[in-house]
Amino acid sequence: MLEFIPPATFMIVAALLIGPTRGQLRTAIVLAAPLITLWFVWQVPNGVAYDIAFLDYRIEPLEGNAVRRLFATIFALMAFVGGLYAFRQAKWYELAAAYAYAAGAVGVSFSGDLISLFFYWELMALFSTVVVWCGGTPEAQRAGLRYAIMHLLGGVMLMVGIVGVVVDTGSIDIQPLLANDFGTWMMLIGILVNAAAPPVSAWLADSYPTSSATGSVFLSAFTTKTAILALILLFPGEPVLIGIGLFMVMYGIIYALLENDIRRILAYSIVNQVGFMVCAVGIGTQMALNGAAAHAFAHIIYKALLFMSAGVVVYRTGLNRCTEVGGLFRTMPLTAICGIVGALAISGFPLTSGFTTKTMISQAAADESLAVVYMLLAAASAGVFLHAGIKFPWFVFFQRDSGLRPKDAPWNMGAAMVIFALLCILLGVAPDLLYRFLPYPVDYEAYTPGKVLFYLQLLMFSGLAFFLLLPLMKRTETISLDSDWLWRVVLLRIASSAYGLVAAAGSAVAAAAGATIAGLRSLAIRYLGPAEDEARPGVFARAWPIGVTALWIAVLLTAYVLVYYF
Amino acid sequence: MNESQQDDHWLARPATIKLLWWVFSTVLVLLVLVQALIYVKGYFGVDGWFGFGAAFGFLSCLAMVLFAKALGYVLKRGEDYYDDGQDDA
Repeated sequence: MLEFIPPATFMIVAALLIGPTRGQLRTAIVLAAPLITLWFVWQVPNGVAYDIAFLDYRIEPLEGNAVRRLFATIFALMAFVGGLYAFRQAKWYELAAAYAYAAGAVGVSFSGDLISLFFYWELMALFSTVVVWCGGTPEAQRAGLRYAIMHLLGGVMLMVGIVGVVVDTGSIDIQPLLANDFGTWMMLIGILVNAAAPPVSAWLADSYPTSSATGSVFLSAFTTKTAILALILLFPGEPVLIGIGLFMVMYGIIYALLENDIRRILAYSIVNQVGFMVCAVGIGTQMALNGAAAHAFAHIIYKALLFMSAGVVVYRTGLNRCTEVGGLFRTMPLTAICGIVGALAISGFPLTSGFTTKTMISQAAADESLAVVYMLLAAASAGVFLHAGIKFPWFVFFQRDSGLRPKDAPWNMGAAMVIFALLCILLGVAPDLLYRFLPYPVDYEAYTPGKVLFYLQLLMFSGLAFFLLLPLMKRTETISLDSDWLWRVVLLRIASSAYGLVAAAGSAVAAAAGATIAGLRSLAIRYLGPAEDEARPGVFARAWPIGVTALWIAVLLTAYVLVYYF
Repeated sequence: MNESQQDDHWLARPATIKLLWWVFSTVLVLLVLVQALIYVKGYFGVDGWFGFGAAFGFLSCLAMVLFAKALGYVLKRGEDYYDDGQDDA
């Protein structure tokens, strides 16, 4: 019986209870709910647990398999560690929204049909917007609105795609598709919007860094990774994803190199990392899909760790920019060390989770003889070390002495960081812990001397490049234009000039109408109204003698008779 | 006291930084030389060449930094770039 309860239910109940409860009870709910969810995630049987009639369809809210459980596991784990990180600092409504958001992610993981997938998908869009708004600044409000519009548009496209697919196939089942007609293309685009794929990658770096120090930790985990799961389930081996993924990988690196905002650097590197996964789904072999799933799992951990580390800096100093901080390692050793572990993991250093998962994707490319893909992924691995692996810790914790002496992380934030830092290393040292939960049997040896040497050379020499090129990477207090310029500036200008045109047309119409009315009025006054001098009112308003009236009546009757007879 | 502590942190001393550069350089040289002993499997020929990882890592980073730098001239704007437009709306 218990396996029939969708695990997302517990997160939703927790989200509802966080508001009314206080103190210890709320803490207990925040910390216990994700663990209970985690337990139930592992009770979900393989296959469809049950279905419910909805209109003409059978809804399957709970379908289990290895890759679904893997994603739900990391989402629940993320909610737990995120809750631990946030429960003393975050506002209750931010926590509640974050838990509802996590519920959406867990729900998507187990959705057996397109309708329940869409339901949970929109749940995530809704509550992630609330989390962005919890940043509390006018900037966060505006970015949240743009975020909401983008995700609602993405949702509409997904819905259109789902309807198209259902009409074509008559089935709402989640099954592997190829983008070959209008419906499947719309569905693919709707999913890719959430994956921050081009040309709309900008929403991610626009919104995440404006959220609160705790909010960005939650935001970094769910939306893009549920999109990866949806791609694994719906579009494995879709060739167009390889190109999109490679573009995202490079886009993330280049923009992160230009960026000054600490958390925006990390936001761009989400796009970069998700690009690896999108590319892997596009390759579509068992090795590649294993790599995408494993990399998503590891990525959520180290990316949240990096956002936690940056979040502590933002929380303690209130500063967001590389140009404002520096030298913080002196008083924040724990935050610095955890940040460095996260940075090494994202770079895929040997002995970290990034190495044991990302190299699977490269291996998949090599196995398929995709030389260009393999080389670009290798270059990107070096680039990740450049923009996130060194740049983030260097500018925040070292660089120069900013004179800031903030305290280190509060105990709960520190504990959350330590848990994830240890997991980064554990999955790097003992990758089999993760490999045995992957969707396909793993025939892959992460640590061969040659491979370790190749990646060490790659990474250490990109480190050399970083320090030699430091003068070229001087931080400037700037932002970088992105495709969102098209709607934030061009569209705004078009809209305001269209508004001006409409306003001009409107005033022209109003003037013409005014003139017409004035003319009619003077006409009416002339014939019907009392004249300005009462001696001669309008011709029809004068008092005519009765004889004239009788004469006119006679004339009219005559005219009538004439008309009648002829 | 705070002032003197700032520069006294062992990691921030010039001597330490110099030492770190030496260690770092030695590690780099060793990483390339050790390829004489360890076989690196090349999937596409070139990636098995001696020191390929080192050269490829360095050069691709150089290319990315220069490309980003060039792109920066086109794309970089002041931090209040979007605020100007939005106040009118």
